[in-house]
Amino acid sequence: MHELALARSVVKIVEDEAAVRAFSGVKKVVLEIGALSCVDPRALEFSFDAVASGTVAAGARLEIETPPGRARCFACEAEVDIAGRGEPCPECGSHQLFVIGGDDMVVKSLEVH
Amino acid sequence: MCTVCGCDGDGAKIDAGDKQSAHDHSHHHDHAHDHEHGHAHGHDHSHGEERAPDALHFGSGAAGASVPGVADGDLVAIERRVLSKNDEIAAENRRRFEADGVVAINLMSSPGAGKTTLLVETINVLKDEFPVAVIEGDQQTSNDAARIRETGVPAVQVNTGKGCHLDAEMVRDAYAALPSPAGGFLFIENVGNLVCPASFDLGEARRAVLASVTEGEDKPLKYPDIFASANLLVVTKTDLFPHLRFDVAALVDNARRVRPNLDYVATSVEAAPGLGYWLAWLRSEAGVRREAAE
Repeated sequence: MHELALARSVVKIVEDEAAVRAFSGVKKVVLEIGALSCVDPRALEFSFDAVASGTVAAGARLEIETPPGRARCFACEAEVDIAGRGEPCPECGSHQLFVIGGDDMVVKSLEVH
Repeated sequence: MCTVCGCDGDGAKIDAGDKQSAHDHSHHHDHAHDHEHGHAHGHDHSHGEERAPDALHFGSGAAGASVPGVADGDLVAIERRVLSKNDEIAAENRRRFEADGVVAINLMSSPGAGKTTLLVETINVLKDEFPVAVIEGDQQTSNDAARIRETGVPAVQVNTGKGCHLDAEMVRDAYAALPSPAGGFLFIENVGNLVCPASFDLGEARRAVLASVTEGEDKPLKYPDIFASANLLVVTKTDLFPHLRFDVAALVDNARRVRPNLDYVATSVEAAPGLGYWLAWLRSEAGVRREAAE
């Protein structure tokens, strides 16, 4: 359940922004959680609701965008989408894939009030 | 409640052996927020701390940083990595280790793969060649740090409470409680867990993931993230081969499906091949860094 620690990090980022920008509440938090990041979005949503309670982020809805995993194949040199780590290259079947995207977790934006 | 490590105030604690204190790091990392606002240009706000280039605030566009306040329904662009706080502290740790000439190795595995046993036997050989210090991560008990201290090297136990992984702040505080092993090794034994520790950079130089031969060859496919982040696969308990059906080539092949070209070493603390390959890898890591520093 490292999602709890991640949710706390999200709330801390929102609190930091609230201190800077003087907003009083948040309707929506837009997160980018790459398909290859090690996060279960449902566990993150559950954790977020729990840890946001009593903070400026209380009641905010999480909107999670999931960009696909991107990898470069060292066998055929293609750049491809992959559904998960350990998957073969959809072009040539090689496993010589190096992940180049879709593995990050980013707070993109907030809708505030 | 500590928002960085996820402990519940008195949950995580650091035990340096001679003293045991509930960790007091909890909220001294709050920002001062003393910087000016109202800039029209897209500078990255520093929040009074060293800046990572990935923590940008977009100053223009719909989110509008050009006014100090915001209106109802405004969209505020942030573009901040969820783990940016951890990653900033990890970067500080990494600079500190490099400045001290310390090779920090993050040891990760499922519980029971043999991390502590490997460490004890490793230290018994290396302690005459290198300064060594150890950070031990467990949810509870100081048993592992006590085992390490029996070898004569200093060890700090970090109890994460309910936490399932070490984070950079715990490592920073634990390192401060240790005599620096300058010119040698800092071994960081993570909480036994093949999932959560993968996400948290501690500032280590290298990540070694252990897999014992009593586990399945498909562990790297079941828990790909941690193997994808590894610099070395350490196969442990290979003296048990005669009693098991275990295909080490399949394990390595599976690991390389998530981390192409991953190096591996076979080890046993009971019989051949011993720790020779593993020790050679460690000495090589220390040698590479020493040469780079000179």
